[in-house]
Amino acid sequence: MSYLQSVPPHDLAAHLADHDGKSVLRFITCGSVDDGKSTLIGRLLVDAKLIFEDQLANLGRVGTSAGANGEEVDLALLLDGLEAEREQGITIDVAYRYFATAKRKFIVADTPGHEEYTRNMVTGASTADLAVILIDSHQGILTQTRRHSYIASLLGIRHVVLAVNKFDLVEFRQSVFDAIARDYRAFAKKLGFVSIQPIPISARFGDNVISASQNTPWYKGPALLEYLETVQLDPPEAERPFRLPVQLVMRPNADFRGYAGQIASGRISVGDPVVVAKSGQHSSVKAIVTFDGNLVTAAEGEAVTLVLANEVDAARGNMLVSPAARPFVADQFQAHVIWFDASPMLPGRSYILRTETDSVSATVTTLKHRVSINSFAREAAKSLQMNEVGVCNISTQAPIVFDAYKDNRATGNFVFVDRATNATVGAGMIDFPLRRADNVHWQATDVNKAARSAMKSQRPAVLWFTGLSGSGKSTIANALDRLLHARGKHTYMLDGDNVRHGLNRDLGFTEADRVENIRRVAEVAKLMADAGLIVLVSFISPFRGERRMARELMEEGEFIEIFVDTPLEECARRDPKGLYEKALAGKIANFTGVSSPYEMPENPELHLKTVEADPTALALKIEAFLDRQMEDR
Amino acid sequence: MSLANLRRLEAEAIHVLREVVATFSNPVVLYSIGKDSSVLLHLALKAFYPAKPPFPFLHVDTTWKFREMIAFRDRMARELGFNLLVHTNQDGVDQGIGPFTHGSNLHTHVMKTMALRQALENYRFDAALAGARRDEEKSRAKERMFSIRNAQHGWDPKRQRPEMWKTYNTRVGAGETMRVFPLSNWTEFDIWQYILQENIPIVPLYFAARRPVVSRDGMLIMVDDDRMPLAPGEEVMDRMVRFRTLGCYPLTGAFDSEAATVPDILREMLTVRTSERLSRLIDTDEAGAMEKKKREGYF
Repeated sequence: MSYLQSVPPHDLAAHLADHDGKSVLRFITCGSVDDGKSTLIGRLLVDAKLIFEDQLANLGRVGTSAGANGEEVDLALLLDGLEAEREQGITIDVAYRYFATAKRKFIVADTPGHEEYTRNMVTGASTADLAVILIDSHQGILTQTRRHSYIASLLGIRHVVLAVNKFDLVEFRQSVFDAIARDYRAFAKKLGFVSIQPIPISARFGDNVISASQNTPWYKGPALLEYLETVQLDPPEAERPFRLPVQLVMRPNADFRGYAGQIASGRISVGDPVVVAKSGQHSSVKAIVTFDGNLVTAAEGEAVTLVLANEVDAARGNMLVSPAARPFVADQFQAHVIWFDASPMLPGRSYILRTETDSVSATVTTLKHRVSINSFAREAAKSLQMNEVGVCNISTQAPIVFDAYKDNRATGNFVFVDRATNATVGAGMIDFPLRRADNVHWQATDVNKAARSAMKSQRPAVLWFTGLSGSGKSTIANALDRLLHARGKHTYMLDGDNVRHGLNRDLGFTEADRVENIRRVAEVAKLMADAGLIVLVSFISPFRGERRMARELMEEGEFIEIFVDTPLEECARRDPKGLYEKALAGKIANFTGVSSPYEMPENPELHLKTVEADPTALALKIEAFLDRQMEDR
Repeated sequence: MSLANLRRLEAEAIHVLREVVATFSNPVVLYSIGKDSSVLLHLALKAFYPAKPPFPFLHVDTTWKFREMIAFRDRMARELGFNLLVHTNQDGVDQGIGPFTHGSNLHTHVMKTMALRQALENYRFDAALAGARRDEEKSRAKERMFSIRNAQHGWDPKRQRPEMWKTYNTRVGAGETMRVFPLSNWTEFDIWQYILQENIPIVPLYFAARRPVVSRDGMLIMVDDDRMPLAPGEEVMDRMVRFRTLGCYPLTGAFDSEAATVPDILREMLTVRTSERLSRLIDTDEAGAMEKKKREGYF
């Protein structure tokens, strides 16, 4: 609908070239619920005659059935395309609309106002250049105004239009407008916007939407559309350093190896030197291959395939970069994180971190602080709840390639993915690498794990006993320890209670502390396995995520998960430490199985049922498994 | 970003196509033979050059497509040498399901939605690329580039993943699949302009010609074969018409037009006052029609 004209152009080719070459402004509309975002875009499209007749006619029909305001057409319904949105009269998800005027092309993302759907507002903001923030002139600045302004700034939006809407309801009084504009500028000072343009608007009646309104003679500024058509965007930074995240290695035959990806910044020409970011290998560009013929040069935004002069090792997730200005390569960095999921972000828990083309296991090592939406002040926090923003130190299992987000939106971002549900649970903007990641290198040691275990005539292993309190983990582990010891094996047993007396004495039993408890023990077990030992870890370890994290720390086949499966009633009956009695009486908070969940293993190496089974028999079963396993390896 | 519009859209679509191949084990393109599918096919040739597109193209044949569409499909597969799979819901054929006898709603559900689900399950595809655009319909305007479907192929708008930057979360769980729409940000006009620029072959039905049509329920329905029953008083007219969008022939309206070339079509589009999908019966057979169909697994 971007092309309505009354007469066709004389010279179609010239018209098309002109149309194609227009600059594109990507913007979002945001603000609180009922501030009129969808109505505003609807008004913009209708008044600029960018809506098809049947869509407008259809609106009347749908509008009546949804009980919209009487005879008047509800313009919001042009955008709110989901049934649930029409039922509730709110925007749930982003709607993208495309339109063009004689001067410019526009992609607008109409984003939701509800706090619950902040993630969808972030979706729209991540690719926008400008934000139209709506304010209800009756209500002034609300929490959502602050939240959306903060998120817009965090995501790199530098230009804001403050659409002071429903201005007809305040009799078009200048004093109202001036006060809101003043308040907004005061609080937005910290957000670093390059421009803020307040405009008094009535989306319902069209005042100052596409043309100046008679009702606001005191307002000398531009109407909204005029402003959007002419606002100066940041000059294109074509001279930023060259970055090509490797998306796919093309190997159609033995003679061709090309690195495909979309150029994130800068430009590249045949003959230019490049460096493989992760390995530091040097090469140069031999050819820029496309379906339409080879190119001499290519720039930001283009999807190309580069053939290099010599063989290098660069798989998906790596980056080809300018040797003169390299990105960071690190496994520890600081980032601003926005959390989307109903289950909170817990430091120490393992997530999948996804950049444009890379994917690694990652944990938040420290949540430095949370940012208050109202005051932008730093607040201490142990976890991030849904829709909260925090500053985090993050550690990845392998180094990733990145720039600071402020320097490059494409190479400075990531998302967190939950391992169990695969949901996108958070998004991050990288600030900088942590210096300790640069300066703490692995100390290469001459006596290695193989040498140490050979001396002990054994293969190291981590036997991870998980199960409810009182299920019999420690009893079985103890029996097994005796058996192995008798055979001259070098073992060590890590028991939950014992470790909590020393290494982990500072930790409590909240979800966050339990995650950290397991993280530390897994690291200790790893060191012991490195020393060549067979390690018996006896921990309730209630969460799948942490057991998976422990498994991934160890070598393939080294981690053996043993599910000590005893029904809760049986554990409570045994109650060796008298804990169930207290827990059931409500005297212990966060007690696994009673007031805190236990996530059963899905594919343990060994599944032991303890009811009517002798602990020694079960230990023998493990020993037999271990013998088979060691033969196989 | 200083790339011209089409160049930018092309690069974005290529990026998405490559992302699918990099992260899924068994992707497929849903090839509907229409203009958007033709553009998607062309982009797939570009994205993996010098290799061929590393996935098959699936046509869900309802047995009610225009004959010219089927001829065009087979010619394209032959000339371009891509791997074409055709699937028809045999249960539906056995029951004699058709748009005239069972209505558009049931026909579409059985012969398109159910057929698509069967094909995806038979071949165990984990990602299905399609040429849907956000400017087509307002529930499509809400869809992501990567749209997750549950094991029953259902689409839940509230479960959509936030999709920031070009950092796509392509992970799916057991039984789940992904629908992927590389042309999400294209408009109808962009499609035509790109067809002109790239000289992409399309089904001749898009160009004006004299065709036998019947005026029915405010639409011009083409009589494509002798399965079409005529109501009393209806007569077949010979009119200069073309199609703006193509589906099953009894459910897709033609309109009077003289536009016989792609530049003619672009000129016509610059003054057109109605939307593309006005000529698709299935969009308006009930309120929220498209969204309901998508929830059931229609793409």
